[in-house]
Amino acid sequence: MKTIKTYVVALISALLVLSPVAYADKWSDQFPHIKATGDIPGECSYDAMSKKNYKGKTLKINTHAVPVMGEPTALHAEQFAKLTGAKVDVTHTPAGDLYAKAMVPFQAGQAPYDIVFGFSNFINDWKRYLEPVPKKYVEMKQMQDVTPSHIGIASWDGVMYQFPVDGDRHYLKYRKDVIDNPEYQKKYKADTGKELRVPQTWKEYGEMAAYFNGWDWDGDGEKEYGSAEVMKKDDLMYAAFYSRSAAYSKNPKTPGGFFFDLKTMKPLINNPGFVEALTDWVAATKYVPPGGINFGLGDEIGSFGGGQTLFSFSWDDAFVAAMQPDSPINNKVGAAQLPGAMKVWNRSTNSWDEGFNQAPFFVWGWAVGVAKKSKEKEMAFDYLCFFANEANHQADIGIGRFGVNPFRNDDFKADVWTQIGWDKDIAQSYVDTLAQMEDSKNRVFPLRVPGTFEFNAALATAAAKALAGQLSPQAALDEAAKQWEDILNRVGKDNVRAAYSVGVAMEDNKL
Amino acid sequence: MNFKHKYVFLFPGLFVLIGILIFPIIFTIRLSLSGWNSYTPEMNFIGITNYIRLFTDDPRFWESFFRLSFLSVTTVILQYIIGFALALIVWREIKFKRFFRVIFLIPMMTTPVIMTVIWRTFFHESLGPVNDLLGNLGVEPILWLSDPVIAKFTVIIVEVWQWTPFMFLLLLAGLLSLPKEPFLAAAIDGASPFRKFVYVTFPLMAPISIGAIIIRLIEASKIMDTVFVLTSGGPGTATETSSFYIYIKGLREFQMGYAATLSFTYLVIMIISLTIIAKVLTKLMIKE
Repeated sequence: MKTIKTYVVALISALLVLSPVAYADKWSDQFPHIKATGDIPGECSYDAMSKKNYKGKTLKINTHAVPVMGEPTALHAEQFAKLTGAKVDVTHTPAGDLYAKAMVPFQAGQAPYDIVFGFSNFINDWKRYLEPVPKKYVEMKQMQDVTPSHIGIASWDGVMYQFPVDGDRHYLKYRKDVIDNPEYQKKYKADTGKELRVPQTWKEYGEMAAYFNGWDWDGDGEKEYGSAEVMKKDDLMYAAFYSRSAAYSKNPKTPGGFFFDLKTMKPLINNPGFVEALTDWVAATKYVPPGGINFGLGDEIGSFGGGQTLFSFSWDDAFVAAMQPDSPINNKVGAAQLPGAMKVWNRSTNSWDEGFNQAPFFVWGWAVGVAKKSKEKEMAFDYLCFFANEANHQADIGIGRFGVNPFRNDDFKADVWTQIGWDKDIAQSYVDTLAQMEDSKNRVFPLRVPGTFEFNAALATAAAKALAGQLSPQAALDEAAKQWEDILNRVGKDNVRAAYSVGVAMEDNKL
Repeated sequence: MNFKHKYVFLFPGLFVLIGILIFPIIFTIRLSLSGWNSYTPEMNFIGITNYIRLFTDDPRFWESFFRLSFLSVTTVILQYIIGFALALIVWREIKFKRFFRVIFLIPMMTTPVIMTVIWRTFFHESLGPVNDLLGNLGVEPILWLSDPVIAKFTVIIVEVWQWTPFMFLLLLAGLLSLPKEPFLAAAIDGASPFRKFVYVTFPLMAPISIGAIIIRLIEASKIMDTVFVLTSGGPGTATETSSFYIYIKGLREFQMGYAATLSFTYLVIMIISLTIIAKVLTKLMIKE
């Protein structure tokens, strides 16, 4: 009996020592942020960082405003300072100014910040001012776990310029307690003759959203609405439009460009596929909450996360916020791929190809790099490596307001999410959705060319005019296409083509 | 005594003037003749290409300029009327005069961006208290920020609320400095309060009114923070003003050269139009 007891104790002790998960250690005592996992061994773990000595040195970081990305930046800066003795100055900047705040000193040959946060689609404009990620970080274990899509997003022509700290894609979020509710399924069938299910197409999405718009379907005494979407001009709305357009315009039979025809560099954004998407979107203004046409990302997260709408689609943040324990719709939401379409525009035949088509949009996300002119490059890369170490990453992805989303293969395991309180089937549907997007062969990647801001702003302005009823969808997109031609002429077609070909190669599964 | 030495004393002032006024204008003009942007970060020379683009191929700038004209003229007229009315009220001997003077000034003392965030929360169509209150009275939600026409009036409401106190302050100072004799003469002649206002107060206040209106027009024509926070120029481009558009081109899209062209053109237009407005107001309001 004593021998059995000894074996059991020995076995438990061995498991505790060897298991990488969930036990308190000296680091989690000091840093409660990682209390769920403790420190996880690795090149940039808490333990490894504590052996570095940056006393007397200062690291300067420009990041986003609190909380999205700004809060984890500041938190990890404080931890890094405690571990290494460095002084870390963090500056918080609104999203719209991140580009210019780095670009002005970059162009003036200065480096007021060692580390600059921005969006992954800045890469083409920023790469000449950023230090490539050194080989030792690229080859380390924690980097090997990053998905190929996100390695591609952080790199240009095989050189990694942005240190992966976040992974982004757009997908559908829906109220599971409504869509899976047998009573509502029966009622919907009786009223419309159609099935109530996770919408497979944007048309279905629109029909269901319109049906569940403007009445109290969850019994909380308040009216609910069909959909919350990012429709506010200059507040990332162009990304929402690309998400809606992908199913109608990304035809796997016509490789060679989604935004432009790579051969001719003719803008494709006013073809019938995009026009159909914008027509759907104009119709969506009827089933968003009052004022929904002015919703930015924060409003969208608050609206869906607060239980106000049936559907939403954008980054992970609204979904993770909805799944936090204090959310009114905790464990009542589901994730699925973006809806598809029953036809897709074929630019070769100049006609619609009938049949189901779906195309995930790997929208840009948070990205961060080290300034080439920085005098503290080693410390800067160590900070970024520490930011994204396994313990920090696992803690960060469970906090919706942090804006840190899955980009590692390990994140696509349901257990990671059930450990923080998600229902098993919801966790499974979430990771399945993300994994399916990774596996898709008909993906759309963000536009990453010189003048990206100009292209996206022109499109956003035109789409906003259509949403506000100032122009028809066709007229709005014709206006945007004309502006894209002008921008092409200013930037130079060959410059844009050279950069765009990298994204097209990723979309055409050649990279 | 060598009088040439007196010019030495002008140098400090001259240097400051060159540093803060002349140099930025000359630099802006030079920048406007360049194609500086995110992909060509250099002060190259492209002649008047940017100006040709502005005058032949940028209707959005001109739309935003006419929108700005509408917004600034409307807000300043409303501020003048309300500010004058409030100044007349506290000019008289009323109870709690000092208290009201301070109360009327509070909006101007608050930080515009923070107050606009609060107004945006008030006017939030689905979560804000204004529509909630109207809903209790049976009124359907009003699209304060997402209807192209109503959004303009929402911007006007916020601007009028924020800056009427400034007009009030100037006009009250004017009223307090008026001579008493014309009012005594009008009282002896038995003039009614209305006639006293029309024939005595208003004409005497005309020079101050013109100054106040011009100062407010200059400020209102730079309207940026309210639009930026409240509507971001939306819905569509319904509330986009010139300064916000220049900001977008310069600091969002990083078209520095083109933004400089817009800025310089805007400066010239404003100098000309405000000079004309001042002359017209003087002709209309000051009778010899």
